[in-house]
Amino acid sequence: MPTEIVVPVSPPSEAVVGKTGLWRVFRPVIHKDKCVKCWTCALYCMEDVIDEGPDGYPTIDYEFCKGCGICANECPTKAIEMVPEVRE
Amino acid sequence: MIQREEARGKWDIITGNHAVAHAARLARVKVVPAYPITPQTTIVEYIADFIARGEMDAEYIRVESEHSAMASAIGAAAVGARTFTATASQGLLLMHEVLHWAVGARLPIGMAVVNRAVGPPWSIHVDHQDAISQRDTGWMIMFVSSNQEALDSVLMMYKVAEDDRVLLPFMVCLDGFVLSHTYQPVHIPDQGDVDAFLPEYKPKHWIMDPEDPITYGNLVMPDQDYMEMRWSIHESMIEAKSVIKEVSAEFRDRFGRFHGDLVWKYRADDADVVIVTTGTLASEAEEAVDVLREKGENVGLLKIRSYRPFPTEDVVGVADGRKLLVVIDRSISFGQGGPLATDIRSALFTYGVDTPVVGFVTGLGGRDITYEDIAKMVAIAREKASARELRPVEWYKLKKG
Repeated sequence: MPTEIVVPVSPPSEAVVGKTGLWRVFRPVIHKDKCVKCWTCALYCMEDVIDEGPDGYPTIDYEFCKGCGICANECPTKAIEMVPEVRE
Repeated sequence: MIQREEARGKWDIITGNHAVAHAARLARVKVVPAYPITPQTTIVEYIADFIARGEMDAEYIRVESEHSAMASAIGAAAVGARTFTATASQGLLLMHEVLHWAVGARLPIGMAVVNRAVGPPWSIHVDHQDAISQRDTGWMIMFVSSNQEALDSVLMMYKVAEDDRVLLPFMVCLDGFVLSHTYQPVHIPDQGDVDAFLPEYKPKHWIMDPEDPITYGNLVMPDQDYMEMRWSIHESMIEAKSVIKEVSAEFRDRFGRFHGDLVWKYRADDADVVIVTTGTLASEAEEAVDVLREKGENVGLLKIRSYRPFPTEDVVGVADGRKLLVVIDRSISFGQGGPLATDIRSALFTYGVDTPVVGFVTGLGGRDITYEDIAKMVAIAREKASARELRPVEWYKLKKG
C-alpha cells in the first residue's frame, strides 16, 4: 500500500494562531472629522481587519489588528493616528 | 545506453541544454518561471524561443530571482499545472529554502540543474557541489551522462514525480559545459509517443482553488503532524525507487532506449574492481573500463543515476563479493569526504558487506578528469587497499601532493 500523502493545508479559520491584536504596540485610531471614506486604508490593510461600521465609516477590528501602521501611512487625509498602547 | 532503431521522431545534433528544452516542450509543460544563470541560461532561452514560435503553449514568467522562480513554480504547480524551471550553482543555492516548501506541498515540479561549481572564487565550470548541497531537501536528484539521457530523464522523471505513490519534485542534473554546451546526436521523440507515455497532470491529493481558498504551510505544534509529514516524505522517496525502475522499463519498451534506472552498470557483472561515480565522470569511466580490460584487469562501472532516493540495495548487490570499490566524487563534504563514498560506506556497513572502499574527491571547479586519470585512480586505489591504508578521502589531481 502506498504511504498516505499528508499535505499541510488548512481551510481559513478565524484566530487560528490566536488573537493577533495582542501583538500591537501602536493602535490606529480613525478621526472621523478628517475621514473622507475613500477606503484606501481598507485596501492596504494586510490583515483585512478594516470594514464598514454601522455609522458608514471605516471601523478597525482590534482583536486582530497587529498595529503595523500601513493604514495611517497611506491615509491621504492623515485621518488615522497611531496611539501607543498603554496598560491602564 | 541501449538504443533501438525504429523509434518514431527525428534525429538532431544539439547541446544538452537544447535537449532539456525539447524535453520541457514534449512534456507539455504549462508554466516556466525563468531566471538566467550560466551555464543554464540557454535552456530558458530555447524555451522562450519555442513559445515565441508557437511550438509550445506555456506561461513564461520572467521572475526577479531564483528564489522567486521556485516560489512561482510552487504556485503554478499548486493550481495543477505541470511546471518546469532550470538553474545552476548560486541560483540553486538561492532557491534552497523554497525547495523545502515545494517538497512539503508534495508538488511534482521539474527542474534541470546544470551542475556548476559554487563560489567563492567564482567558477562557471562543472562540479556537483550545487546539487549535492540540496541532498536533504526531499527533491529527487538524478545525474545524467549524455544529452540524450538528459532529454529522456526529464520525461521519465515527470512520470515518476506525478505518480500517486511519489508526489515529489525532481531535479535532473547535467554537467555544466561538458553536456550543457556540447553538441551530441539526440533522438527527439515523437510528440504523440510522449503524450501516450506521459498523460496530462491531474492532481488528486490537493489543488489550490481561488473559489475555495486554503492555506498551505500553517503553523503546527509539536504534538501535531509535523513529524508524520516528514516521515511520509521519506516513505514516498523510498517508494520512488521502485517507481523509477517501473518507469525506466516502460520507457525502454515504448522508446527503445535504456540508460539504467537507479543505477547503470557497465561490464560490472564479472568485475573484481568496480568504479562508482556519476555524471559525465561515469561516461568517461566506461572508456577507462575498456582500456583497463584490454590490459587484462577485471574492472567494471556502477553509475549512480539516482542520488536521492539513494540506490542502497543496488549498491550493496553490486559491491558484495568484489575486491574493491573505487568511488569518485566531484564534490566534497568538508570535514568528512566524498558524499557518494560516504553513502556507499553507510550502505555496505548496514548490510554487513566488507568490500573495501577507496573514495576520491577530484575534478572540482571543472578540473579535467579523463579516462587516463580514472585508470590512475584505480591503480592508486589498488595500492591503498592492498596496503590496508583506507582513509575517509583521497584527493586526486591536486597541484600539490
